[in-house]
Order: sequence, then structure tokens, then C-alpha cells
Amino acid sequence: MAEIIKMATAGTDEKSDVVVTVEPCENGLQLQIKSVVMNQFGPAIEASVRKVLEDLGVKNAIVTVADRGALDCVLRARVETAILRGMEG
Amino acid sequence: MRRSMLFLPGNAPKMIINGNYLGSDAVIFDLEDAVAPDQKDAARLLVRNVLQDIEFDRVETIVRINSIDTPYWMADINAILPQKPDIIMLPKTSCAADVQTVDAYLSQEEAKLGMQNNTVLLMPLIETALGVENAFQIASASDRVTALFLGAEDLTADLRCKRTKEGREIDYARSRMVVAARAAGVEVYDTPFTDVNDDEGIVTDAAYAKSLGFTGKASISPRHIEAINTVFSPTKAEIAYAYEVLEAIALAKEQGKGAIALRGKMIDAPIVNRAKQTIAAAEALGIRKEDL
Repeated sequence: MAEIIKMATAGTDEKSDVVVTVEPCENGLQLQIKSVVMNQFGPAIEASVRKVLEDLGVKNAIVTVADRGALDCVLRARVETAILRGMEG
Repeated sequence: MRRSMLFLPGNAPKMIINGNYLGSDAVIFDLEDAVAPDQKDAARLLVRNVLQDIEFDRVETIVRINSIDTPYWMADINAILPQKPDIIMLPKTSCAADVQTVDAYLSQEEAKLGMQNNTVLLMPLIETALGVENAFQIASASDRVTALFLGAEDLTADLRCKRTKEGREIDYARSRMVVAARAAGVEVYDTPFTDVNDDEGIVTDAAYAKSLGFTGKASISPRHIEAINTVFSPTKAEIAYAYEVLEAIALAKEQGKGAIALRGKMIDAPIVNRAKQTIAAAEALGIRKEDL
């Protein structure tokens, strides 16, 4: 299991990008998502974030997503980067 | 046909997701100078995912990895190679051993991934005095090398001279690169013209590079791409003349003549070769004889 041991962030607040923050937590996954396209793509964004967390074996984390219209491939890259940074000692 | 190569910063989603539509023949996803050291990890994963998800069917894809004197280059290759970009650009290539080091690693990783050897080609970026002096050895160091690329900004710093718009300080390097690349049988690309607001300067600079023998030119701005593409494309008059040359040669053969004149000038082998190159370039651009 991959453990988030510190708070970490990836991405920028530029258009077509997303800022993803991960924080340590002991009670499973808590997701907070804000997006300029929340109504249309909110569920897809959440599904993508959860998929990356699952693929990397992260079971406990607070994940905050502030999306500025990022494509799915950008979102997945930023989530992965934030997780990898959060796992570094 | 690769006339223009456009640099896109590897950690800027807004730029790189549009790479297919900016008019260049190739895009260079930059993991090196355009990315701060503390963002190398982010850019690498971003470019990997973009190559994985977006179909770049109008451009060749090139990834500029970090140089082999950094701790990043192997991680760059590990992330990028499975996405099969057309070319990996190796910055600060100074000798044949630099190319061979990366070539060996690419071969090893291609084998692990079940990819054919040399699936991904290499374009050494020559931007040091030592690299210029070793240009032929670099171009000949591996079958994977498809072209040389001159980088004048770092080179002029290494030469301890000022980089000027006229570019006389890089005349020797430009000529040396062209000769080295042509001798090795690979293509050769000129350094970007960095004043993005100078629309006349880019035409002059690109035309000069073409006159020296460069295949094309890189750019740091989409604004320069149209000018570069125009300069490095054959003109209609050049294409028409090329067809005339080939027709004249065919006629000479038919008539059993060893030599023939066209427009008062003897047609010899170099002129025929140039005509064939022009027609090949025109065909690559989709320009047919009927279009002239």
C-alpha cells in the first residue's frame, strides 16, 4: 500500500491545468473537487482521480482538486505527481 | 517532410495539448530548459500522458529529454519511450560517446518493452564548442541518429561571444554542422530565431540557413512557423524547372545524346540530383505537377 506521508501539490492554476493537493489521512479517501466544468464533468473527474489513487495503491488520503478545464490526461498526470511527491520522505 | 520544429514547454498543458494544430511539421515537447528543476517530475508525467491520450497525426513528435550529465535523463526515457515518440532529442551532445550511451540505453529499454530496435530515433542537439568540433562523429555514432540540430544560445555562451540577430558568430558552426550532417547522410536543423516579434528577421534568418544547406529550422514561437515552412518549401518555379530538367534528360536519352542544354545551360548530374530532390520535396508536400 502506498502511504501519503506529507502534504504535496502538483499542477498550476493556469487554464487547461488543475491543482491537485494530497494530504495524509488515516480514514480512507476524502475527495474535494472544484471545477469550472463541475456540472458536466464532475463524476468523470472523480472517477479519474479514484482510478489513479487505486492504481498507485493509495487507500488513505485527503485529495483536493481545483480544476481549470484540464483534459483527463492532464488531470491524471497531476494526481500521480502529487501522490508521488506526497510519498517522498 | 520536416521543415519546422516547434518547441513546446513540457509542463504547460495549454500549449502541449494543441501541438497538433500549430502548423509545424514537428513539435518538440521540452523536458529540459523550459522546465524548472523542481517540476521535472511533473512535466515528465504530463508529456507521457499527453502522448498516450492525444493523437498527434499532423506532426512528428519529438521529446527533448534532459542531458546525460543530469540525474533526469533515464527517468525521462523510462516515462516517454513506451509512448513511442518519433524522436528523442538529446541536448548538449558533445561527442559520439554521448550518443552511444543513450543509444545503448534506448536499445535495452526497447527490448524490455518488446519494441523493435531503433523504433525511436535520436536527434543530437549540438550546443557546445566540443560538439561542433565532433559533429561528424556525433552524426555517425549510431543508426538511430536521424538529424543534427544546432543550438546557438548555449553555443555562443560556450564560445564566449554575444548572440546577435545577424548571427555572424555562428557562421562557422552552421557550416560545419551542415557539412558534418550531409557527410554522415542525416538531416540538419538550424537554431531558433529568438525575436518572436520580428516577422522580417525570421524570413531573412531562415532563408540564410536554407542557403547554407539546412533542412529546416526550429522555432520557439508558433508565430514563426508559417515563415519557416514557406522558406523551406520549394517554390512553384523551382518545381516547374525541376520537371523541365527531368524531361530534358529523358529526351536526351531518347535521342541518344550524352548531354543536353536547358535554357542555355548544360544539364549535368548535380543539376539532375537537385531536380529529383526538389520533386521529392514537392511530392512530400502534396504538390503535383498538374498543380503548377
